[in-house]
Amino acid sequence: MCLALPALVTEVLPDDMAKVEIGGVRQTISLALVSDVAPGDYVIVHVGYALTRLDPAEAEKTLALFAELGVTAAGPA
Amino acid sequence: MKYIDEFRDGALAKGLARAIAAEADPARSYRLMEFCGGHTHAISRYGLEDLLPPNVRMIHGPGCPVCVLPIARIDAAIWLARQDGVTLCTYGDMMRIPASGRISLLKAKAEGCDVRMVQSTMDALALARRHPERQIVFFAIGFETTTPPTAVALKQAQAQGLGNFSVFCNHVLTPPAIAAILDSPEAGSENGVRLDGFIGPAHVSTVIGSRPYEPFADGYRKPVAIAGFEPLDVMQAILMLMRQINDGRHAVENEFIRAVTREGNAKAQALMAEVFRLRDTFEWRGLGLLPRSALAIRDAFAPWDAERRWDVPDQPVADNKACECGAILRGVKRPAECKLFGTACTPDNPMGSCMVSAEGACAAHWTYGRFRTAGKERRP
Ligand code: SF4
Repeated sequence: MCLALPALVTEVLPDDMAKVEIGGVRQTISLALVSDVAPGDYVIVHVGYALTRLDPAEAEKTLALFAELGVTAAGPA
Repeated sequence: MKYIDEFRDGALAKGLARAIAAEADPARSYRLMEFCGGHTHAISRYGLEDLLPPNVRMIHGPGCPVCVLPIARIDAAIWLARQDGVTLCTYGDMMRIPASGRISLLKAKAEGCDVRMVQSTMDALALARRHPERQIVFFAIGFETTTPPTAVALKQAQAQGLGNFSVFCNHVLTPPAIAAILDSPEAGSENGVRLDGFIGPAHVSTVIGSRPYEPFADGYRKPVAIAGFEPLDVMQAILMLMRQINDGRHAVENEFIRAVTREGNAKAQALMAEVFRLRDTFEWRGLGLLPRSALAIRDAFAPWDAERRWDVPDQPVADNKACECGAILRGVKRPAECKLFGTACTPDNPMGSCMVSAEGACAAHWTYGRFRTAGKERRP
């Protein structure tokens, strides 16, 4: 129910709608809950609506932190 | 898939598991509640409990929206589906929840009621436009994630003067449910649900932000870590909570910074505030009547409120006595402790709500966990 997936916005359509791609599957969703979304942005989609934008820079930072934690923990602690 | 696969990487998971093992103080036990059913599902699906030291225990919380809706509200939806000219539509999971007399919306459909599954409120509005001769009632459920889409639908119905559309509103709020768990008499008791920290929901938090959890950190002195739904997100949040516990800190931390801010989604919050008001009280399965924990439709949208269009029945109904969903939703019992689990109750033939949705603790344990834990029950 609460599951939602990151989707790539491929086209912004009239009436606050957009075309997105989720793992190769195309879908039309609503942008009524977000502002200033452009093609190329990633949004998190839930029951047909974009809930928020996904920040690629923060995603990279989080992944880098995971990698670093694993390396530190493997060291002579 | 971008932003999904990277957060499921096995090598990174092993590294995080090492970091968690290194952080675990053998002199302590860590009892962490994942509030949200999406996290329950991820923990079971990826076998995260197997990667945790024995003194770190995950406790499932009440954040499965399908699970917490009481039988009376499902009875009411079935009652609505039986009214003349009504087409009742709802999200898929709601169709199979057993209500009084083990009737579900699916059974009502088999009996001839017009019940439809929709993917989105937009589908419900489209049905109303296509079928002006029918009364389209959207059976709305869910936490703050699913509420803004219902608000958008009500705004559109009003703007378009769609007289044959209405919403049976059952939206509930996350913070009062967390407070109810912490305030419950079981919270302090020996056999009850002692909690050392919370994993905060992912997508609910994209809407409400991280600020609403601050009272739990400040007032209740419980650490909170908001996490995304992928397995690495959950592991990182567990590590963040363990660090806070070891340091004696209690703050709201945010692992899901790629999507959650402190303020949340202001546009969605404004829409919710415009369309909905707080109910004085609302019944939750397992948690009972909780004050100011659910939303009703504001007077400005009264013509689209199914509870005003029909005299919807509203009598409380007792849960099936043998079903332990209530205790499971409070974090007091685990699915395998229910006598019906896996015998009388399976996903194909659910007796209680927790066995229906993929996010329900019983369904998640049935699908992914039952073989793993068969030989090695542990309980620090
Ligand atoms: S196994 Fe079935 S009957 Fe038992 S608590 Fe879970 S949903 Fe209820």
